[in-house]
Amino acid sequence: MPETTATTAAPSATGTARAAILGRLRAGRDAHPVAPPPPCDFTVLAEKRWDPAERLDRIRRLMEAVHTEFLEATEADWPAAVGRFLAAEGARTLLYAPATGAGATLAAGWDAGGPELVPYDAEVETFKERLFEGIDAGLTDTLGAIADTGSLILWPSAEEPRLLSLVPHIHVALLRVDRLYDTFWQAMRDNRWAEGMPTNALLISGPSKTADIEQTLAYGVHGPKRLVVVLVR
Amino acid sequence: MADAAVDFAAASTEALQDRQLRTNFRRAMDGLMSKRAVQFADQAEWHAMRALGASVRLRALAKLPELLERLEETCTRNGIRVHWAATTDEANAIILSIMRGADARLAVKGKSMVTEEMHLNAFLERHGIEILESDLGEYIVQLDESTPSHIIMPAIHMNTRQIARLFRRKIKEAEDTEDVARLTDLARRVLRRKFAAAEVGLSGVNVAVAETGTLCLVENEGNGRMCTTVPPVHIAVMGLEKVVETLEDVPPILSLLPRSATGQPITTYVNMISGPRRPGEKDGPREVHLVILDNGRSGVYADGELRDTLRCIRCGACMNHCPVYTRVGGHAYQAPYPGPIGKILVPQMEGLEKRGELPHACTMCNACVEICPVKIPIVGILGRLRSEAVHAGGSVKGAGSHASRAEALVWKGWAATFASPAAYKVATLAMATLGNAAPSALPLLKEWTSARVKPRFAPESLHRLAAKKGIPDA
Ligand code: SF4
Repeated sequence: MPETTATTAAPSATGTARAAILGRLRAGRDAHPVAPPPPCDFTVLAEKRWDPAERLDRIRRLMEAVHTEFLEATEADWPAAVGRFLAAEGARTLLYAPATGAGATLAAGWDAGGPELVPYDAEVETFKERLFEGIDAGLTDTLGAIADTGSLILWPSAEEPRLLSLVPHIHVALLRVDRLYDTFWQAMRDNRWAEGMPTNALLISGPSKTADIEQTLAYGVHGPKRLVVVLVR
Repeated sequence: MADAAVDFAAASTEALQDRQLRTNFRRAMDGLMSKRAVQFADQAEWHAMRALGASVRLRALAKLPELLERLEETCTRNGIRVHWAATTDEANAIILSIMRGADARLAVKGKSMVTEEMHLNAFLERHGIEILESDLGEYIVQLDESTPSHIIMPAIHMNTRQIARLFRRKIKEAEDTEDVARLTDLARRVLRRKFAAAEVGLSGVNVAVAETGTLCLVENEGNGRMCTTVPPVHIAVMGLEKVVETLEDVPPILSLLPRSATGQPITTYVNMISGPRRPGEKDGPREVHLVILDNGRSGVYADGELRDTLRCIRCGACMNHCPVYTRVGGHAYQAPYPGPIGKILVPQMEGLEKRGELPHACTMCNACVEICPVKIPIVGILGRLRSEAVHAGGSVKGAGSHASRAEALVWKGWAATFASPAAYKVATLAMATLGNAAPSALPLLKEWTSARVKPRFAPESLHRLAAKKGIPDA
């Protein structure tokens, strides 16, 4: 197909392609019917259970194995704990979501002498350059964590944008210790995710990493170089 | 591609001479195999998980046309624009027209095997659009003006020294170092500027959920998230088999995929995308497009036995465990998908006349079948393809293209000999007395002896030895 005509033909061709593809699939299945698939038995996932006490230990162990760091705090003092940590690490700026509950708590409990709080309250286009060049840390809440794999559940929204957990060099995530699940499957069922997914839901299990150079692990290839989980009790 | 360029035998012979390449692969595959083994140490869990994974994929295939329609409906409802492409040319043209609509000059891409299948990069570059691979392995391969040699670890064929040299040659600001962390950091700096500047982000799809219109993407680096979040337009490309029925079907696949691939319990990022930026949201692309590609897959689907090929979740475990792949590496296959899955998928997509040699690149050791997390009977399908290659009238493209009159005659003669006791006696006597005198250069025998020692015939047949011991013929 000559490329020049293909370009202009594309939008109309897609309708034809759709009918042709679906037609071929149906005809293929009619000619050679599909054997009924064996039933899907989810028992293996349903049976993955940990003691409530063990869940947090497991999450911590799995996440620390991939360089995640943990801080301990209470509902009252976590902003101060985050502030102390970031100041000690030399971070100058912390991007946060002012319209979330966590964002409000953070701002209220922030020490004026600590890193500068930068609110993520406008569309990314208005401050893309600063985001990519000049932000040291970003703070998000989480929906909880998963014991099976050691993963945080993130649910970005209009109030808590997606890039908060991706572009800054340090990602600080709040984890409430009473929000732990055994498996990803359990978390999505318990919270009825299928009834309404956000534009982007995420599992995050450590800082960004790669092993593409001779299988040697390196952290912080594109996303955060460090992931810091604040355990809020 | 010229036919001469697609020659597994020649390419693998060459690869076998390359000691560095063999060392790189051997080390990498040994490591991957042991990491995977640790993940599935609990055999009962492995069997149950695998049965679940296979049944999820089989249910999806059983309802494939309906699920694709449902996916289109739910995606559209979520604001994702769905496009269908019967061929790679059509898919490329669709992508180009979306890019033109977005006035794109630079696109960043996360790892996607299906776009390798489409030769998308070369196509876009011919049309003046810069396309940058952002997965570190793919970026290395792109700088090297080469192709991936593994579907999970594209640059596995190179060692650190080779990569350091490549960076120094190709990246202006590269320093003189072989330190992996520093090399990675350099790539981070170069690519971050590109993520921020690109007008379009491209990605593949690991699993698409018909129930919710969700595209799942697994990755460790965060480049997949960058490509699908930062640029104003996101284009996802998927082979039509990637769909599953419900959101609940995702966890079993995600439990099998990274564990089989790299021995990780899960990838660093699991990304579930269900639409473009909504009113009030402050980031994310304003447009999300999904391109669903056929490229021969509906033909694969039409055959009750070959259909199983489409179960594949692209974990790469079969190549990690394949004795042939481990020795010759991924490039010898000269295909987007190397190793066992490539040996069954590529000939079905590109035709047996072009790629009929691939199903023979196998020792039939069954390692791939034992390891496949969705239980694809790879070896059975290989047998089928071998037979289709030499018998006209099969369902695979290019069936019969490797039929040889000489071979057919030999088999006919063989059958006739075995059907007649007299002929059989004469033939075995002839073998015993004259067989060893046959020169290795004889047609048919030549092929065999090119890589093996010529068999020696015993002076007396088993029948005669048995008769001497007084054992009568049945
Ligand atoms: S054939 Fe099986 S083992 Fe090979 S890539 Fe596909 S799913 Fe993995």
